[in-house]
Amino acid sequence: MENSSTSEILESRSLMKVIMASSVGTLIEWYDFYIYGAMSVIIAKQFFPQDNPTAAFMAALATFAAGFVVRPFGALVFGRIGDIIGRKYTFLLTLLLMGGSTFAIGLIPGYAQIGIWAPISILALRFIQGLALGGEYGGAATYVAEHSPAHKRGYYTAYIQTTATLGFFLSLGVILLTRRSVGVDAFNDWGWRVPFIVSIFLIAVSVYIRMRMAESPLFAKIKKEGKISTNPLKESFTHKANLKMVLLALFGAVMGQGVVWYTGQFYAQTFIERTMSIEFEQVRYILCIAILLVTPLFLVFGSWSDKIGRKAIMMAGMLLAILTYFPIYKAMYKQADPKAKTIVAEKSSTGSAISVNAAGDSITTTTTVNAFTDGSTLKIVKKETKLADRTKPAPKAETTKTFWLSSSGFWMITFLIFIQIVYVTMVYGPIAAFLVELFPTRIRYTSMSLPYHIGNGIFGGLTPFIATRLFDASKTTDNPGGDPYIGLWYPILIAAVCFVIGMFYMPSEIDENVND
Amino acid sequence: MNSIKRLAGFIWIFLGVAAIYMLVHRAGLEIGEAVAGKRPLVDTKMFWYIIVPIFSPIMLGLCLFGWYAWKGEYDKIER
Repeated sequence: MENSSTSEILESRSLMKVIMASSVGTLIEWYDFYIYGAMSVIIAKQFFPQDNPTAAFMAALATFAAGFVVRPFGALVFGRIGDIIGRKYTFLLTLLLMGGSTFAIGLIPGYAQIGIWAPISILALRFIQGLALGGEYGGAATYVAEHSPAHKRGYYTAYIQTTATLGFFLSLGVILLTRRSVGVDAFNDWGWRVPFIVSIFLIAVSVYIRMRMAESPLFAKIKKEGKISTNPLKESFTHKANLKMVLLALFGAVMGQGVVWYTGQFYAQTFIERTMSIEFEQVRYILCIAILLVTPLFLVFGSWSDKIGRKAIMMAGMLLAILTYFPIYKAMYKQADPKAKTIVAEKSSTGSAISVNAAGDSITTTTTVNAFTDGSTLKIVKKETKLADRTKPAPKAETTKTFWLSSSGFWMITFLIFIQIVYVTMVYGPIAAFLVELFPTRIRYTSMSLPYHIGNGIFGGLTPFIATRLFDASKTTDNPGGDPYIGLWYPILIAAVCFVIGMFYMPSEIDENVND
Repeated sequence: MNSIKRLAGFIWIFLGVAAIYMLVHRAGLEIGEAVAGKRPLVDTKMFWYIIVPIFSPIMLGLCLFGWYAWKGEYDKIER
């Protein structure tokens, strides 16, 4: 009895080493991927000329889509390598590619120095980042799952599931810390490069750890037995028995999981920053606090899925998201809605300043500060330019709004984002174990990576892009403010279709044997 | 239950086809408006140039899923 418990403890310790080694690398890859997104505005200014429409097009493409859209291709490329050569070396390769491209972004000279090569280089490096991420996750999840005992597969793979959220948290933390250390102006000038360059040290540590890891025991076994697939792509996507499972995984689980994840963590950020105009640092503090508090729930739901099954938890998370997104976003919007607040006249002010630029244009800057009874503040800065050359049409006035939340508003929004990320932990916590159990070892890396990255990279990753586009398109001359909630229809509809397919077609029971 | 799964296959096929039609139709409409100066040209083109080529093949996948469902491939999941 005592021997058995000692061996269990040793087994558990060696398993934790495997999990930590895999998780650290995956976390760093997510960090690398997200710092680009978090600094896209600064990157656009540094690398893309604002007056060149082609370059502007590339800027937008690179900023919003490239990294996400190429992820499924990374899944195919590296999934194939992982199923032929092995899990360990493949995700070592993805780590190096991700780290190298992130480091390179931090070093590339701007448009002012190298012209069109700046945006071309950035776009190419962003593509490499997306490809690397496409190959990373499937490898890490498969590697951990293939080491885990059946009754704890959900729990152990949930550690891999925390890495995306923690990578995002780390990226926010490093950005905030750098910005605070060097100051806003220096950060916008050169300080933004620091989080990219720092990545090389994190990658070096992670590569060292991963080099010391052994190959997955299940993969090593089938390799020894000569049962490795010679063409995993063909086997995954042309054999009906596998293809139908790939389609089921995508439309019955990952598609909905992807939109719930990206709505809770990323569209929520876009919404409070762009639609509600909440101040830069407040937004990041809100997200950091919510993420930090909610992260343990990945493990809770992963572990729970070992007992009651993956499907019940994932479907419950999806259903809650579908039913509550509108009330949650309405409650968030209310916290920064000036129409719902009372102005304190003695604390509010309006002032104007006129300046003349080198071209002789006159710029009038009007600053209005409204303080509200609940302690929140709204600052509106309006810039109107009168051109020296009166024959040219005057440019449109630029208005920027910044809203500082009251203490109660800050905590209310933190709570509402926390709730949304709880849904993320429900749908995302058990998904790695679910996907691993759906496919056989010989083609697992390839088969699970593709639906995962279509669901997360495309359906999920494009959520802020599509939802924001819907919001912008809802602005009319009759309603210049637009409908702030219209963007929610995209994740709700996708999650609803996925929920119905998942409920009808997805198996409820856990597949304990993944040694197939 | 299996007959519902099979019948629902038609819904997924219809949904896939309808989504592709809507995407292409909407893209044509909005890009046309943008060319006529009613919408921002670069933003509109960029959005649809990304969305249509990416989502159309995925929606074909939904049709294929519906086809498999209709043929009874999901009646019993072999694991």
